[in-house]
Amino acid sequence: MRRIRHRVAVLALQGAFIEHELMLQKLGVESFEVRNLSDWMGDKDALILPGGESTAMARIMKDEGLIEPIKMSIAQGLPVMGTCAGCILLASKAIEADGSINNMERIGTMDITVQRNAYGRQLGSFITAQNLLGIGCNIPLTFIRAPYIKGKGENVEILASVDDRIVVAREGNQLALTFHPELTDDTRIHQYFLSMI
Amino acid sequence: MENRQTLNRQLAQMLKGGVIMDVTTPEQARIAEAAGACAVMALERIPADIRAAGGVSRMSDPKMIKGIQKAVSIPVMAKCRIGHFVEAQILEAIEIDYIDESEVLSPADDIYHINKHLFKVPFVCGARNIGEALRRINEGATMIRTKGEPGTGDVIQAVRHMRKMQSEIRHIASMVEDELYEAAKQLEVPYNLLKQVHDEGRLPVVNFAAGGIATPADAALMMQLGAEGVFVGSGIFKSGDPKRRAEAIVKAVTNYQNAKIVAELSEDLGEAMVGINEQEIKVIMEGRGI
Repeated sequence: MRRIRHRVAVLALQGAFIEHELMLQKLGVESFEVRNLSDWMGDKDALILPGGESTAMARIMKDEGLIEPIKMSIAQGLPVMGTCAGCILLASKAIEADGSINNMERIGTMDITVQRNAYGRQLGSFITAQNLLGIGCNIPLTFIRAPYIKGKGENVEILASVDDRIVVAREGNQLALTFHPELTDDTRIHQYFLSMI
Repeated sequence: MENRQTLNRQLAQMLKGGVIMDVTTPEQARIAEAAGACAVMALERIPADIRAAGGVSRMSDPKMIKGIQKAVSIPVMAKCRIGHFVEAQILEAIEIDYIDESEVLSPADDIYHINKHLFKVPFVCGARNIGEALRRINEGATMIRTKGEPGTGDVIQAVRHMRKMQSEIRHIASMVEDELYEAAKQLEVPYNLLKQVHDEGRLPVVNFAAGGIATPADAALMMQLGAEGVFVGSGIFKSGDPKRRAEAIVKAVTNYQNAKIVAELSEDLGEAMVGINEQEIKVIMEGRGI
């Protein structure tokens, strides 16, 4: 029998995954945590890659053998949203604060280049509000040791920029945000993501 | 300042489910980062060596901390002495990501903690119970950790502190308003913070475990007891195979409820840090700063 309610997988290796689960709960959507390969086998309609430390997540993902299966599902059209560290995991290319290329193995399915720690250390973290194309007006945005999207392929659509830096981009079934929608009370970004299912 | 407090609490949220490792050199920092640490604590001597050396223990050389900041892309934390707000000012000046106002160092003030609201950078503080935790949060701490007994490799105090805190939280959550006023008086904490604990059934900030964690099993134990992540101090770089142990502890924190995985992670780790039992130690650090 076909499930009527959506079920969203949330990568729960490290970071702020519970915040995403609470957001989905608010919207009446079921979610489950992915900590290892057997969790990943569960039925799912979408995937969220949360904020946290991308190096920590990438390392655990690699050892758990999660990278290839996730890549395959995304290639087959599974909707995915990456926030902050999650955005770095999706990016095909990542650049470090010192300009060097980050070589960590990651998902890398989205045709974007991200600049890591683009606003410096914790003192550079900030909160602002912005209109997001096709999502809504005056949405609160929380940037914590955030990256930004420095370059993009031709199939990638820019949904928002802050100070001329791309902060939201979409490429078909992939949505990348450089900030943390899960840390606010505003559910519009999650609603938009769920509409991609 | 309102936004800063929020952002600083939120940075701690990003560290959840992770392991923060003590490191003394850029080389160790790189090992920690590659093993999957979510942050590192830069210090000149790890707690076990501070304990062995004795004497007054102070903030680390800023040059050494900067070397570690350069070596890794993950957040870098550093410790200042309890009440030593100038050490904290120095750490803020070099843009540290988190300051640990720590009982591991010799306290600089036996009455006052740092007024952490005066700083833009975030603070984590140790606590043995809900009273200490809420007093530190009232002073501006945006993250709490158990004190445990650092540098011992003995997890008993961390367990004691985490169990105590969780049991107090459950008790507070069950109180009626009249009882909350009295509890605020008894615990010597502000009513509004206690009310928040009552309403949400948790601390208003992220709560990690620290002190004496030496094995993947220790880390999973603390997570099952309610910690949202762990600090590992001496446990890694005082062990036989730091790289392997660091990776195993990181994965044990992710899969803390899966005994089969933690069993696999516990295999072949080489020698654990030797450790000292609580009855054998001379300097008790957990009583500093209450």
